[in-house]
Parts: sequence; C-alpha cells; structure tokens
Amino acid sequence: MNKINIIGAGLAGISAAITLAEKNYECRLISAASSERAQSVMAEGGINAALDTMGENDDPIQHFQDTMKGGVYLADPNAVYELCINAPDIVKHLCSIGAALRIKDKQPILRNFGGQKKKRTAYAKSSTGKILMSALIDEARKYEVSGLIQRYPHHELCSLHIDNGICRGISIIDIYTNAAIDLDGQTILCTGGMNSLFSGMTTGTTINTGDVTAEAFYKGAELANLEFIQYHPTTISIPQKRCLISEAARGEGGRLFTVINNKRSYFMEEKYPELGNLMPRDVVSREIAKAKQLKNGCGRVYLDMTVIDEESWKNKLSDLRDECIDFLNTDPMKEPVEVSPGIHYFMGGINVDKKHRTNIKGLYAAGECACQYHGANRLGGNSMLGALYGGKKAAESAAELINEGCFAITDKIQNTCSSYINDQDYTIDKHTAEILKNALGIFRNEKKLSSAYDTLSNLCERRTLSERHKKRLVLARAMLLSALNRRESRGSHTREDYPEKNDEKFLKTSIASLNGNNIEITLRDIPEMRGNANEV
Amino acid sequence: MKYKLIIQRQKSKTDKPYIQSFFVEADTDNTTVAAVLSMLNSQDELYDSEGKRCDKIRWECSCLQKKCGACAMVINGRPCLACDARLINLGSEITIQPLKKFPVIADLMIDRGILYENLKEINAWLTDEAYADEKRNDILYEASRCLQCGCCLEICPNFYTEGDFFGMAAMVPSARILDELNDKKKTALKKEYSKHIYNGCGKSLACRDICPAGINIEKLLVNSNTIAVWKSLFLRNK
Repeated sequence: MNKINIIGAGLAGISAAITLAEKNYECRLISAASSERAQSVMAEGGINAALDTMGENDDPIQHFQDTMKGGVYLADPNAVYELCINAPDIVKHLCSIGAALRIKDKQPILRNFGGQKKKRTAYAKSSTGKILMSALIDEARKYEVSGLIQRYPHHELCSLHIDNGICRGISIIDIYTNAAIDLDGQTILCTGGMNSLFSGMTTGTTINTGDVTAEAFYKGAELANLEFIQYHPTTISIPQKRCLISEAARGEGGRLFTVINNKRSYFMEEKYPELGNLMPRDVVSREIAKAKQLKNGCGRVYLDMTVIDEESWKNKLSDLRDECIDFLNTDPMKEPVEVSPGIHYFMGGINVDKKHRTNIKGLYAAGECACQYHGANRLGGNSMLGALYGGKKAAESAAELINEGCFAITDKIQNTCSSYINDQDYTIDKHTAEILKNALGIFRNEKKLSSAYDTLSNLCERRTLSERHKKRLVLARAMLLSALNRRESRGSHTREDYPEKNDEKFLKTSIASLNGNNIEITLRDIPEMRGNANEV
Repeated sequence: MKYKLIIQRQKSKTDKPYIQSFFVEADTDNTTVAAVLSMLNSQDELYDSEGKRCDKIRWECSCLQKKCGACAMVINGRPCLACDARLINLGSEITIQPLKKFPVIADLMIDRGILYENLKEINAWLTDEAYADEKRNDILYEASRCLQCGCCLEICPNFYTEGDFFGMAAMVPSARILDELNDKKKTALKKEYSKHIYNGCGKSLACRDICPAGINIEKLLVNSNTIAVWKSLFLRNK
C-alpha cells in the first residue's frame, strides 16, 4: 500500500492528513515550514456554517444560495451544495476536538459576515484561523506518534513526476541540508495562493509562493479562473506587505466612509441599503476604489469602528484593536482608520472536480491552491471551510485508489532539485509584481493586460532565469491571458472595456493549459446541478 | 536614519560563527528588523559594512505580522520577533543573533524541531471528545495562541535542549488539553506534565514578559498546575 504525499501543512493539508489517518492510511505531511507558520493561522474572521444557533431560521440551502450568488454563479453548484450541507458537521467536529470557538450553551455563537443576510460565521475573536490550527495540530500529533502521519518539515517540492497522465510521485528538497529525496505515491497539493506573483502586495505569507501551482501547470495540470483575484476591501500598509482589518469589524458594526465637501459620506450604506458595509468583498472593494476618485472627495476612505460597543471590542475584536494600535499607532475605538483594498485571496488555481481530483490521475488539490467553491468572488468565512472540506474530499479520493500499483516513480530525476538551491531572484519578483499590479488591479482593460503580457513575455526570454522563475512567469502570463480572454465584468474581474456581465458567452470556467510552450485558454461549461442540488 | 546591523552569521551547522556588519537606511519609524533583512537580501549583490561581497543572510519569515513566530531571533540581547522589532527603538547599532538554545542551520535560521518532539513526548493531544463549556472558553482561547517561536525558552533559566524541563512552549498547548480532557483520560498527560513542566519550572516568569503573543502564561500555568498537580494531591476523593 502506497503512502500518500500531502504538500502543505495548513488547514487543507492537515485536514487531508487527519482524514487519511482516521482511515488508518499512512501519509507524509510535507511542508516548507511547520504548521504554526502556515498562512491558515492568519485567517481572522471566522468559518461559515448554517448552524442556526442565533434563531434566524438559517439553513444550508441559504448558505448555498449566498455562496453561489457571491461567486456570481461561476462555481460548480454540486460542489458548493456539498460544502454547505457538510459545513455544520465540520464546525461541530472542530468543537469536538476542543477548538476554542466562542460558544454559548455548548453551541457556537455566529456573527454577520459579508454577502450573507443571516448570522452564520463561527469565530474566535479575530484569530479564528490560529485557534482552529492549534486544535488540528494537536489532533494530527496523535497520529504522528502512532506513525500514520509522517512529517517532513522544512521540505520543499521541486518536482512532480508525471507521465502518461499519472502522478507517480514527487521530488522534495530539505531546506536545511539541501538533500533531495524522491517519494513514490499519489500527491495532494495544499500549497495556498500565488503570493510570489504579487510580492509584498498581499495580506498573505511569504512562504505561499504559488511555485507548486506553477510546477503543476508546467507538468500538465489544468488551472482554472486565474483572473479572479480577491481584493479585500479593508487592508492597511505595514512594512513589507498589506495587513488585513478583518471583515468582522464591519460585521460588528464598523462603517466605511469618505469625506466629500467636508462632510462624511457613508457610500456603502447610501448605495446598498440592505447589506450596506457587508456587501460581498468584490462590490465593497470596487466602491472604495471609486470613492477614492470622487470629485470633491478627500481621496481617502476610512473605516469607522468607534461605533462598535465596548462589549464587542472585549469579546470579539480585542486582537484587532491591538493590531491597529501596534501597526498604526491608532486606537480604532477612538478614531477611524484609513483603509484600502489589498490582494487577499486567489479564487483561481489548480482545476479540480468536486472530488478534488485534477486532470492528472493521482494528483489532487485543496485549499487556496485549488479552484473550487468560490467562483468569481469568495465570501468571507468560506475559505477555511473550503480548505477543511477540500482537504477531506481530496484525501477520500486518494484513498479510493490506495491499492493501485501505478503510483511509483520510474525515472529517478532528483538531481533537478539542485536548481532549486539559492535561486531567489528578488529583482525579477519585484519587476513581475509591478507589472501584474498595474494590469490586474481592481479595474482592468485590454490595453493594460496586453502590454503587461508582452513585457512579461520579453522577460521570459532572459537566459539567466532560474527554473523557479521561468515557471512563475509562465503562471503570471497564464493569469494575464485568462483576464484578457474574459471580455466581461463578473465578481472580482472588472473590465473597463467590457463593463457588463455576459452570461451567454462567459458563464463558464476559464481553463488554462500548457501545450508545449503555448499557454491555451479555453472556456468550459459549468457542471449542471444534479441530484439534491437540482431541487434547490 | 542610518543603522548598523551587527549580525552573528554561520555558513552551516558545522561551520564556526562569525560577526558581519551591514549599514541600512530606514525611511519610516515603522521599519522593522524583518524589513531591513529582506531589503538587504533583495539586492542583486550583498556587501557588508567594509564593502566586501558576501552571501545572502539566511533567516526564516512567513506572515511578517506577529502571527506565525517564524522570525524569532535575539535582537540587542533580547529574544523577539524580527517583524515586531522597530529599528527606532533599538539604537543606531543593532546586534542580531540566532536563538541560542536551538541548533543553528545557517545564520539566523535555527532548528526548532525539539519543540514538536517535546509536545509528542508530553502527550499533548485529546484522546476523547472535548466537552464544550463556555466558562472555560477564555482558557482554551489563550492556550491556543502559542506561536511555537521559542522566545520563552531562550529567556528561561531552566530550559536547555536536552533537559527534562520542556518550558512554556509545551505548557501553553498542554493547558488546552488538560482543561478539556475527561478526568479519567488525563492520567498520561498529568504524569508527563508534572515531570516535564511542573517539576522544572522555577517560576522566574521571565517568559511572561518576553512572549511576543502576550499570552497570559501565569494564568495558564496556575490553571494547569491546579489540574495536573494540586487537585490530584488534595481533591482526590472529590
């Protein structure tokens, strides 16, 4: 029986590992850093599940409907349906392993989050990711001791061994010693978003580079919906990166405003009376960007959290307050904080079906590196849910093939790993980030996208590029081509030259694939609703 | 403002450490040690304060906002996170060393594997379903916040890597388990807790002020000592 390789030890990876261990299957949990350093620990606001503990008549069908609508109907409805139906059990399971979610009468307390009319987000102040990770790390430790989960900390993936459409195994390199290892077996990728393409401009970690996504693409995996990048409406600038002000601040009553002719304008509440400041993130980010450009406006947008009551600050947002005082020297209980949209999440990534299988047999993806559930715009509170559920599904799919004998490396090519040692090129990364930022901002158009594509294509011709950076640039170009090809505006993808949504042509998934040196972009129909989902 | 970084470097695990200095300019009051380390490494070629070309500085980082603990190091003699160390508070000459209680991999990069081995040794996991109780929510939350950065162990007079005392990096996570575990199932953890935490802690509480996450270590320690030690001694029949 082959061991299963899991790359990445954040929420998705650890969920996959525990799922396999519970079935008594062995896995290797491989990660560049320990789970405590995973981007999942940064997730703040909460995790969605229609537990209906707040007496609002919520149910999973409404969660499904909100998620589909928030993603502007670009996600696979069958996958989203399963996610939402299973969400209450996932959160109950987290409680059962002692995750310190806020509870009352043994039930999680739920709060409001963007794009959802009902209170549906379970939380632990604004440190939900850290609190869930701590419980899951302890849970995984039990299986590490019994030998079912074998950790490979400080290891990086450098090669996927794929031939005849089958993933046979992987080559990894020990960051501490530079020693390379070949490992047979099916592989689950849980490696997060593509932050290195926007170096220094995202809210995420430096270790979620997107290099594994680039390697998978290079070796024949299809990528999907790369053009959909979430700009979180409320971020602040801190040294080296953007820092998130959790959506929970608005969930608890925080109000966005700009100043026009010396008077406050609460533009979200004025334009969207029903959901106001809690419209889906794509809408809020667009409105902030517009408000900053208003004639007679002050050119800035503020988040007023002074209206939040003391009790909520104490029990729900104390860590967020500390963060503002720490990084901005501003007490948000006393004065408004200037905010700007910043890159927060990649809805697109490795294309998977609802069982989290890629187009390559034996290769799976889950969490932010995968494209599933979130369509054209992710709802707050759905990322941790998607990561946990996705990791579980991927593990179950891999378990189905556990006895097949084809997952063994035939060609030992570990020497390719040597090219991954000391290959950082910050100049190229910075250059790429500037080019992409300019073209893939909140508002896009053909001219900017084409020009960025041409510049990056020229950059690719450089002979001195390392393997890693060659692949990063291919990924960046695929992202630009996906954005160029979608000649409509939908969710987080806003085209100034095609401002309308065009369902007839573009209610489809963008698929990027590599054919020789050519990046091909096609549009694929979204799966039809089947079974129970069809009755919604 | 111009700063001189005096960095303790080491090529590899087996090489000898040496000191190398670098001049850096910081443009804002917010500039951190993490930011200038990144800035130095992002240059095409790195030169030291004497104009000598040298290798890039190896160090670890991930979140850069005090949430992951990766960038713990000793700055001006004090263990802290590089992303939380503002140059403006550190003087014009800043010394930077790796945490000394862990094996150095290279430069400021250290192997903190012992932290995880100790948590395995102490049985830090639930063996039964947790029973959610809102009264204990605060303890569970606080005990879930440990970054496993190692700063508390660096400052601790009683912790050394091969020793029996595992320090607060093991106490904090086990506080969650001790609090959640059903009484009958606590035996293994209670025994290990006494051996590896209670018996070794000299209560100097140097860790309390050094924890970058500001965890209320004292509260957790008192709570865990009560569960693991005092209740067993005095409340055995209750």
